[in-house]
Amino acid sequence: MTSAEPVIQTTRAPRVRRTRRSRIRIALKKAPLSAWFGMGVILCYAVVALFAPLIAPYRETQVFSEAFAPWSHEFAFGTDQLGRDMLTRLIYGARNTIGIAFITTILSFAAGVTLGLLAAMYRGWLDQLLSRAVDVLMSIPSLIFALMLLSIFGSSITSLILVIALLDSTRVFRLARAVGLNVVVMEYVEVAQLRGEGPAWILRKEILPNILLPLIAEFGLRFCFVFLTIAALSFLGVGIQPPSADWGSMVRENATLITYGDVTPLLPAGAIALLTVAVNFVVDWFLHSTSGLRDEN
Amino acid sequence: MKTSSVIARERGTDLLTVRDLHVEGFSDERWHPIVRGVDFSLKRGEVLGLIGESGAGKSTIGLAAMGYAKPGCRITRGSVLFDGVDLLSMSEARRRRLRGSRIAYVAQSAAAWFNPAHRLLDQTVETAVAHGIASRGEANRDAVELYKRLQLPQPETIGFRYPHQVSGGQLQRAMTAMAMACRPDLIVFDEPTTALDVTTQVEVLASIRRVVEDFNTAAIYVTHDLAVVAQMADRIMVLRHGQTVEEAGTRQMLTAPAQEYTRTLWAVRKLAKPEIEARDHILTIDNVTAAYAGGVKVLSDVSIRVPRGRTVALVGESGSGKSTLARVVTGLLPAMSGSISFDAQPLPLSLKQRSKDLLRRIQMIYQSPDSALNPRQTVEEVIARPLEFYLGLKGEQRDRRIGELMHMIEMDESFLDRLPGELSGGQKQRICIARALAANPELIICDEVTSALDQIVQEEILKLLIRLQRELGVSYIFITHDIATVRAIADEVVVMHQGKVVEQGPKTEILTSPHAAYTELLLSSVPAMDPDWLTGLLAKRKRQGTLDAAG
Amino acid sequence: MRLNPVAKTVLQRLGLGLITLFVVSIIIFSAIAMLPGDFAKATLGQSATPETVAALQHEIGLDRPPVERYFSWIGKMAKGDFGSSFASRTGYRRTVAEIIAPRLYNTMFLAVMTALIAVPLALGLGIVAALYRNSWFDRVVNTVTLTTISFPEFFVAYMLAFLIISRDTFAGTEFAQSLPVWLAISINWTLNVVPKFPTLANINDQTPFWDHVWRAALPSATLTLVIVAHMMRMTRAAILNMLSSPYIDMARLKGMRPMVVVLRHALPNAWAPIVTVVAFNLAYLIVGVVVVEVVFVYPGVGQLMVDAVRSRDVPVVQACALVFAATYVLLNLIADIISIATNPRLLHPR
Repeated sequence: MTSAEPVIQTTRAPRVRRTRRSRIRIALKKAPLSAWFGMGVILCYAVVALFAPLIAPYRETQVFSEAFAPWSHEFAFGTDQLGRDMLTRLIYGARNTIGIAFITTILSFAAGVTLGLLAAMYRGWLDQLLSRAVDVLMSIPSLIFALMLLSIFGSSITSLILVIALLDSTRVFRLARAVGLNVVVMEYVEVAQLRGEGPAWILRKEILPNILLPLIAEFGLRFCFVFLTIAALSFLGVGIQPPSADWGSMVRENATLITYGDVTPLLPAGAIALLTVAVNFVVDWFLHSTSGLRDEN
Repeated sequence: MKTSSVIARERGTDLLTVRDLHVEGFSDERWHPIVRGVDFSLKRGEVLGLIGESGAGKSTIGLAAMGYAKPGCRITRGSVLFDGVDLLSMSEARRRRLRGSRIAYVAQSAAAWFNPAHRLLDQTVETAVAHGIASRGEANRDAVELYKRLQLPQPETIGFRYPHQVSGGQLQRAMTAMAMACRPDLIVFDEPTTALDVTTQVEVLASIRRVVEDFNTAAIYVTHDLAVVAQMADRIMVLRHGQTVEEAGTRQMLTAPAQEYTRTLWAVRKLAKPEIEARDHILTIDNVTAAYAGGVKVLSDVSIRVPRGRTVALVGESGSGKSTLARVVTGLLPAMSGSISFDAQPLPLSLKQRSKDLLRRIQMIYQSPDSALNPRQTVEEVIARPLEFYLGLKGEQRDRRIGELMHMIEMDESFLDRLPGELSGGQKQRICIARALAANPELIICDEVTSALDQIVQEEILKLLIRLQRELGVSYIFITHDIATVRAIADEVVVMHQGKVVEQGPKTEILTSPHAAYTELLLSSVPAMDPDWLTGLLAKRKRQGTLDAAG
Repeated sequence: MRLNPVAKTVLQRLGLGLITLFVVSIIIFSAIAMLPGDFAKATLGQSATPETVAALQHEIGLDRPPVERYFSWIGKMAKGDFGSSFASRTGYRRTVAEIIAPRLYNTMFLAVMTALIAVPLALGLGIVAALYRNSWFDRVVNTVTLTTISFPEFFVAYMLAFLIISRDTFAGTEFAQSLPVWLAISINWTLNVVPKFPTLANINDQTPFWDHVWRAALPSATLTLVIVAHMMRMTRAAILNMLSSPYIDMARLKGMRPMVVVLRHALPNAWAPIVTVVAFNLAYLIVGVVVVEVVFVYPGVGQLMVDAVRSRDVPVVQACALVFAATYVLLNLIADIISIATNPRLLHPR
């Protein structure tokens, strides 16, 4: 049936076979300025986080005599409320804040994707049970839920990671289940079932390759969300605890400086904002260009 | 009568003249040509059929004739003179005044093109009232009149329903009424009956043709179905890749096409295989009843025999249960009661209870190769998997077998490293056939395997399947709604209707002298490549008084 | 009994909402049960004697079976008795209800004030961006909103506060002195165009209405900035999705004016997606409120909850969580019901 006339088709340009790598190179070449900016920023952050001890001028918790010292040669961005060097704290903050957010996102993804795909494949009571549980968890705003759980378990780094990963995995679950369902109903999955393939093979060979792109994009978005949630919790004083350097708590601890027109407390806040902006730019471009990647297959 | 009214129509003046029309569509970050320099003209009261395969640009031309390009398309060159004025160069406001009132549009799937939030009547009269052609009261009365002419049931009240409350065939007629509301000079019909079952299609075609003749409206009728266009058009224009192949009067075009391409198109529907009787049966289905979760019964007491090395065609309209039967045979939907035996052994009803070897012996090919092939697997991976899984072939043995299979489906090995997205529709379907053959099956279930393909490609696939059966002795269950396909491939025919078998028998017997009334109705509703077919059928049914009963 | 499908679906959703609230209340209640054993001792600190610990454990109810405790707890909740704060001391009992009530009013004040500005603004921007898709306006708005949604709320909040403060301090900074005089003067002048909104929102129950609005200006502006970006992007996507429906093409092919296409053909089908977008973002507002209240020291439920979490004042945390969760569930419920009530398929069954 010619339900819709495909737009292309008429031009039978000679098909050039492209490998995956060359396709990626072409996509990169077409990437807009914002995406390049984003990738550059992410790279810088990664380097700073990985090599923090080499880059930072002082030790993480080294205390100097003067608190709230102004910007100078000795202390590029001055010192904080206890007299620790701001620049050093910023650099170590990258390591702590990004590292914790990254681990949390990976945990939440592992749980969310596994359960979401299982629900999509087996439907039935398993799907019902998981979906209803997720509905309930999502009916409490996650920051509020996190605050409540942290008030009970206390704000250790482990409980912080577990609580946020649990709350965030609900969203990953929903997405994985939805994209999984779209693929599970395809006839090539039915073909594999009819052939007698086991569920593990079907999941790995038939389903996963087809949902990888949306999942990668979602990973970026979820990372931003987790990162912002942890920053907010730390800012509220119930996230990452002192003496670890962390951007959220640095903003809170030095906030009084703002009243004197000092820009220093905005630096860690800006560092958070810059990274999320960068990730969002890259994800935005990725989502935009993956539709094109598919057409070129 | 068609012929007399055609002569009686007021003719002479040109209504629409399209010159050097070029349209482009945007995809992949650049503009591609869709229509490349098409010319035609249309006189008042004349019906022009636009015919072609997918990608020919026929729908795009239909819309361009209204001075409209879909979002993502643009008209780059040419002129569309409507009643002496160029639609392309006039202001948007002037075009708007013409649209709906003097040029109207009828789309393929009315269910999507009607606004779900408004009543049919409100949508029917909207243009007439908005353009100040009639008062609301007049327009309402006129709409009821049109509903009557289009033979809609309860014409007085049907307008108060919402689109989702009426059936597909009725909706298509309501859309024709909406197009007719301002008595336009020209209507563009874009495959108006393609989504309908054949028995419904006849009624809609008859209604459309009657109003178009009654009001002496000119029309552009876009379709891929030759037999349908033969009933509707005075002239036919054949399109390919956005260009005109040829153009002539309907009768001349049907009897003496000038171009090779047109002749190929015409020849497609004439494929026919002589039937051969079978020695024994490979599959017997006895008194099978099946229902989906929720308890809706879709098959009741179905018994079918599948002869070994032959083809059984399962024929029926949507909702007849023919695809469900395929799911029952494969074990995806275990039957509630009844029994199936395969090669004289009882076949476990559920997929999970069947052995790997049993699974190997029954394979399936689907309607849409797009969804039946994993877009992330290369042709080689697709064909190799059953070889490894069922037969344990490895290395050189495996590669040799892949080569043989590719040869069987008439493709060469340079395709092996391609992804499905890099193949045409016909090539994809061949790969699906190769995947089924790789298992060395004894029975292949073909579920509408040609319906999604263009007609020329359909014929190639059918010929391939026939050849493979001759060479390999495999049996087919061939599910289809298309009688021409049945003629081409079947040895035996099973007619299904509303979950029951209406009749089963050898092809010639069923097709020439059907016993059941439903088979009769179904067969007589299939359009023939004869411009007088519809006229003749309507006259015959009127004599028998069946037309009203079938509504 | 045959029910109208709309009524039936609405009743179903109401039932589902109640069940959700019930489960949520169980979760929140279990919070106490999960408390570590020596919690009472830890809370009482130095004043912990066996008697006071026992009294506190009795007060929390740790000495009774959980099911019984739950029902007496939820029963009291329904009557507005949220128990008493751990901050109570002998002779000085502070009930949770009396702590929360004025703060709830303040938070609602802030939320409603923000919603009144943000919702029309976001819907307007979203619709315009969708109608003029790919225009420079659309591109600019897109990039700006993509940037804004990436900002943490406290960053936006402190940026605004910094701008206000810079009115007075800018001229004295080294940075200003390093600039050419004309530039420094014009920057200073621009900064002074902005009214001097208070950067600390001191509010009590005697604050007059308009003064309250004035003091809540910066918190509200922060929330507006954050929410408008989200809501505008989602509105744009919803409208674009709908404008690509075939029936919109049909309306154009019927010669309808663009205004009629949007108002008569698009809008009736757009209510459900738009309402969903609004509800989603108002729910998001609840989360934003917590951080913003802390930044501007605005005495609302959010700030209260954060303080209670820090001091581990569990009854107050529970009450706050319940209030937030109930609002959240209620908002989503309203959105669902509006979507159902505007769905022609349900309104006019076959």
